[in-house]
Amino acid sequence: MKVIKIDKNEWADGVEKLHDNYRLIGAVREKSYHIFATLKPGQKPEMEYVNSRISPKYVIYPQSEIILECSMDENDEDYKVYHEPGDKNYEEKAVLGVRPCDADSLPLVRRNFDTDEYKDPYWLQAFETTTLVGLACDAPCPSCFCTSAGSGPYNDQNLDIMLVDNGDHYLAEILTDKGEKLAGAAGWDKDTEQGAEDSIEKRKTGAESKITSKVNTDNLANQSLLDLYDATIIWEKAAFACINCGTCTYACPTCWCFDVQDEVHGRQSYRIRNWDSCMYPLFTHHASGHNPRGTKLDRLRQRFMHKLKYYVDKYEDGIQCTGCGRCVSLCPVNIDIRRICNMMNSYDPESCTCEVTAS
Amino acid sequence: MENPYIPYPVRIDEIKTETEDKSLKTFKFVFLNPEDEEKFAYRAGQFAELSIPGLGEIPIGIASSPTEKGFVKFTVFKTGKVTSYLHSMKEGDIMGIRGPLGNWYPWDMLEGKNVVIIGGGFAFTTLRSSIIYMLDPENRKKFKDIHVIYGARSPGMLLYKDELEAWAGLDDLNMHITVDGTDDPDWPHHTGFVPTITEQEAPSGTEDTYAIVCGPPIMIKFTQPVLDKLGYTEDRIIMSLENRMKCGIGMCGRCNIGKEFVCKDGPVFTLKQLNQTPKEY
Repeated sequence: MKVIKIDKNEWADGVEKLHDNYRLIGAVREKSYHIFATLKPGQKPEMEYVNSRISPKYVIYPQSEIILECSMDENDEDYKVYHEPGDKNYEEKAVLGVRPCDADSLPLVRRNFDTDEYKDPYWLQAFETTTLVGLACDAPCPSCFCTSAGSGPYNDQNLDIMLVDNGDHYLAEILTDKGEKLAGAAGWDKDTEQGAEDSIEKRKTGAESKITSKVNTDNLANQSLLDLYDATIIWEKAAFACINCGTCTYACPTCWCFDVQDEVHGRQSYRIRNWDSCMYPLFTHHASGHNPRGTKLDRLRQRFMHKLKYYVDKYEDGIQCTGCGRCVSLCPVNIDIRRICNMMNSYDPESCTCEVTAS
Repeated sequence: MENPYIPYPVRIDEIKTETEDKSLKTFKFVFLNPEDEEKFAYRAGQFAELSIPGLGEIPIGIASSPTEKGFVKFTVFKTGKVTSYLHSMKEGDIMGIRGPLGNWYPWDMLEGKNVVIIGGGFAFTTLRSSIIYMLDPENRKKFKDIHVIYGARSPGMLLYKDELEAWAGLDDLNMHITVDGTDDPDWPHHTGFVPTITEQEAPSGTEDTYAIVCGPPIMIKFTQPVLDKLGYTEDRIIMSLENRMKCGIGMCGRCNIGKEFVCKDGPVFTLKQLNQTPKEY
């Protein structure tokens, strides 16, 4: 790994140059919060913010995406024969300032879209053409718990470049070929002064020490799936408050569920994939009227069991969460995944009790 | 990269109304591109997504048998948006089929065994596929005794009536047809619910006997204690599930029962497997 130095004025010039080769996506302020959006030439990504309100997962997995199209005119060759849309454009794009927790969500989501039997061509092509320029987190928010969720404020495993803010300049770790290529295109190549790696290490330790909230996950794999499923002490109270709004699932960088709908516009039919949410009754509603997850307890339980038990058992590589804390801070009724996780981890089926920890 | 969302284009070759209330029709499809039929190689018990451009897709069990060549058949109950539209379509119309999807009945495991098929109502489609498959001269010798117990509300609600009658006349198949009730004094078959007929007619559960059970939840609920009594263990009771589906390939996230997807890890499960998952079906 190479570390280079990017003065902040060179950063701005380099970003401008990147417009020639990349669609640039960065954080911009909208009302009282930040979102990731496509940057226009001359527009700079904001770097001084805690985290975006919703994750940048849409860059690779759009909220609504046409997956197939065909003609509804019988004179056309593709009359009622669905095929990939002709105008799919997988241009090179770069996300500037993405946080490590959001980048770390991508390999988790990839497990869903890239399997031995089936590959989702849309997710994979969008992923392959994306370069992730991350920004190490020095100012975590109180709901962050990345360090105990398999991620961390300086986690660079799933980034192509990681920037570390060092006053008047960034120290930039060039981590992959994609990162090398982007740094080249931006003209960033200045050597660092001695001790750069030490100062990254020092900042990392400082950042990690600021994250005080955490989840205990060590016992989740040992718990019996059906015991947790039947642990009403965990589900009843949380479900009582839950209004099934789905905010958690839309804000979450690791939620991947989707719906498929057909729409006809003029003489063209489109098959469209849209983000969906396990919080909604229609998600599992049979045409007969039967609903296997017909109560909001069923639906709330599905979300937490999926992330913290089904996923854990299926892939044997930790939880389906990177600790970004969005669902904690955005939930209108204060349901806290950290508390639920700690309850699941400590649940004792003999006594039906949990060692409940304060959130 | 093969795109798993693209259906094979097909033409509706034949439509047959199956039941007296006209709620069930069997559609025979022919692939527009003959090479797609080879790509669609399937086993009895699998399902496919029937795709109607502009409306959507529905997951339906494959009713034809892999031993029947040149077409695929699906029997569809008219119930929602897509199935209602499908019921209004005509022979010659173009639509799509995506699949085959999911797993199949465990044919390798069933070789050399007695097979008892228990079906009710319109959940008989993949069971038809299975019976035709087992009765194929190449395959019949692979299985020992075959029993079929199939029931519907009334004679007019039975699927595949001509075939049922033909099977009832065979020596190498024990066919038990039943209806809940009928006012036909000459009805030659059983009258009574499927669990009752199962108790009377099914062979006892042995190490070499497997039951495949498909039907409405109420039938399954009352058949299970009968099978217990007859000595069938939970790993010798095979069931096929249905859940709401979209993608059919284990990605969209809605049809799971615990960590298993009905679309990809199922739809066929043993009762033993189901006893280890939440009952979200």
